[in-house]
Amino acid sequence: MGLWLTLAVNSIAIGGLLFLLSAGFSLIFGLMRIPNLMHGSFFMLGAYLGVAFLGKGLGFWLAALLSAATMGALGALIERFLLRRLAGQELAQVLLTLGLSFIIADICLMVWTGDPVQPATPPHLAGALRVAGLFFPLYRVAVIVVAVVVAVALWLLIDWTRLGAMIRAGVDDAPIARVVGIKVSQLFTLIFALGAGLAAFAGVIGAPVLSIYPGLDAEMLPLALIVVILGGTGSLVGTLVGSFVIGFLYNFGQAKAPDLAYVILFLPMVLVLVLRPQGLFGKVVP
Amino acid sequence: MNPIALRRGAIGVALLLLITLPMWIGSAYYVNIASQILLFAVLALALNVLVGYGGLVSLGHAGLFAIAGYTAALLLEAGHGHLVADLAAIVVTLLAAAVFGVLSLRTTGIGFLMITLALGQIVWGVAYRWQSLTHGDNGVNVSGRPAPFGISLSTATSFYFATLVVFLAAVAAMALFVRSPFGASLRGTRDQARRMNALGYNVWLIRFVAFLFSGFWSGVAGLLYMYYTQFVSPQVAALQASAEALLMVISGGSATLLGPIVGAAIVVVMKNVVSAYIERWNMVLGIIFVLIITFMPEGLVPGSVRLARLGWRNLRRRSGAAARLEEPAS
Repeated sequence: MGLWLTLAVNSIAIGGLLFLLSAGFSLIFGLMRIPNLMHGSFFMLGAYLGVAFLGKGLGFWLAALLSAATMGALGALIERFLLRRLAGQELAQVLLTLGLSFIIADICLMVWTGDPVQPATPPHLAGALRVAGLFFPLYRVAVIVVAVVVAVALWLLIDWTRLGAMIRAGVDDAPIARVVGIKVSQLFTLIFALGAGLAAFAGVIGAPVLSIYPGLDAEMLPLALIVVILGGTGSLVGTLVGSFVIGFLYNFGQAKAPDLAYVILFLPMVLVLVLRPQGLFGKVVP
Repeated sequence: MNPIALRRGAIGVALLLLITLPMWIGSAYYVNIASQILLFAVLALALNVLVGYGGLVSLGHAGLFAIAGYTAALLLEAGHGHLVADLAAIVVTLLAAAVFGVLSLRTTGIGFLMITLALGQIVWGVAYRWQSLTHGDNGVNVSGRPAPFGISLSTATSFYFATLVVFLAAVAAMALFVRSPFGASLRGTRDQARRMNALGYNVWLIRFVAFLFSGFWSGVAGLLYMYYTQFVSPQVAALQASAEALLMVISGGSATLLGPIVGAAIVVVMKNVVSAYIERWNMVLGIIFVLIITFMPEGLVPGSVRLARLGWRNLRRRSGAAARLEEPAS
């Protein structure tokens, strides 16, 4: 029972990380209609940057925020100067993000070499939380709290602000949104930057748990894909639910069937594709 | 000289060059590179069926390529003969292609790309993580190549000829496919899926059969590659391998017969040349991707043709204008 509870907490923590990663992916997909194949790279490069900032003696959370800001700026530049050139050609945009992901992966390999890097958990979160005789790693609980805070902030942003209304309008029907005077291309840049920043943030706070190594990008990208296919594109609630489903499968799979742990993650996606192709919370696009 | 005769002449010269290649190219190293080009050309041609003629961009074909290689390698390791292993590999690849097709053809366009990517990653996941079956990162060693009709394929030259035979068969199959009514209906589903549907064609079935056809040749290429290196590892199934195959198709020019072959040659030569000097193949791959997509989205073969025509027209116009300018002076 205790083992199961601990596993459950770890699963929620991984689910929280996946949510941070996938929320941006889902928003970018919803608005720009392209899967950003650089998303895993943002996660990995963000994590490496965070470690670099930590090495400069910055605090953990400050390093995470700085890394997120840097990657957000990089994402905005990529959107503005590369993706924008190919506006309307969705396939070309996707392939461009794929090409850039290889470049980023190689730069990371060049700068940080092939050895895995695992930053220590921040000292004030190193212990364990004791609840009803069970121990929970404090850091994972903190990850859950951060994910919840970000999820609430995103929900407030999307559902309760003017900017959020504009984003929703763009997701629903970009051409009409343009007609009524919303600068959709500016939203593209903003959302791309937001997504890149969130992925980088997830990378830094995930680093003490997952460690960072070459190939992490190609491992995280399909997870974001699965979550979004599972939850339905453009739906934050769907992304949240999808993240936790995959988070649970990730941990329980690794505990019970380590050989198949990675493959099991794809099962819900396959099921959803067969039974409900638009995703659990997706709308049917005519 | 009429275009058809010119075309036949060009094909004849190309055939002659390919058949005599081991004689004039020099060392076995180059013969091996030529084999690699031909076998990757088979993969690129297979992918081109979907990307070029079906308008379905797959990022999971390395998965099918790898399934064929792994099935044969594991069966060989278990002590089965080459014939059994190879036939089983093709059957398993076709089954996998059927599963891939059923799942990914729920959508088209970007959705198709995402699903094939995820399916390809499943294959990678099995190859890399299911240690008890696939030996994980260590891969599977294969001892010896088969000897069809008593001809040993152990030397670079003999393997080259075997690859050439398969390559020519693939090209012939593709040429027939492109000209067949089925090829035309596949192009129809690419350009006007709704009209095809209204005309009574089963769009889904056409795409599915195309997927199987593509999967079959991907499997053949995967088998060749497994015998070429006599080894399979998860590297073969990685997303990067799928991206390389896609780069071959789009760099050469999709929906043409020659494009994927040229693309395979470019990518294989680049990869070998670049790897010989620096370890930055990934970076180069990414940069080529970005450059081609930004500047020559239709691919090198149609792109060069377009640029050449443009240049020729400019040249003629300029000389024409110059002649007109000169007239009053004379």
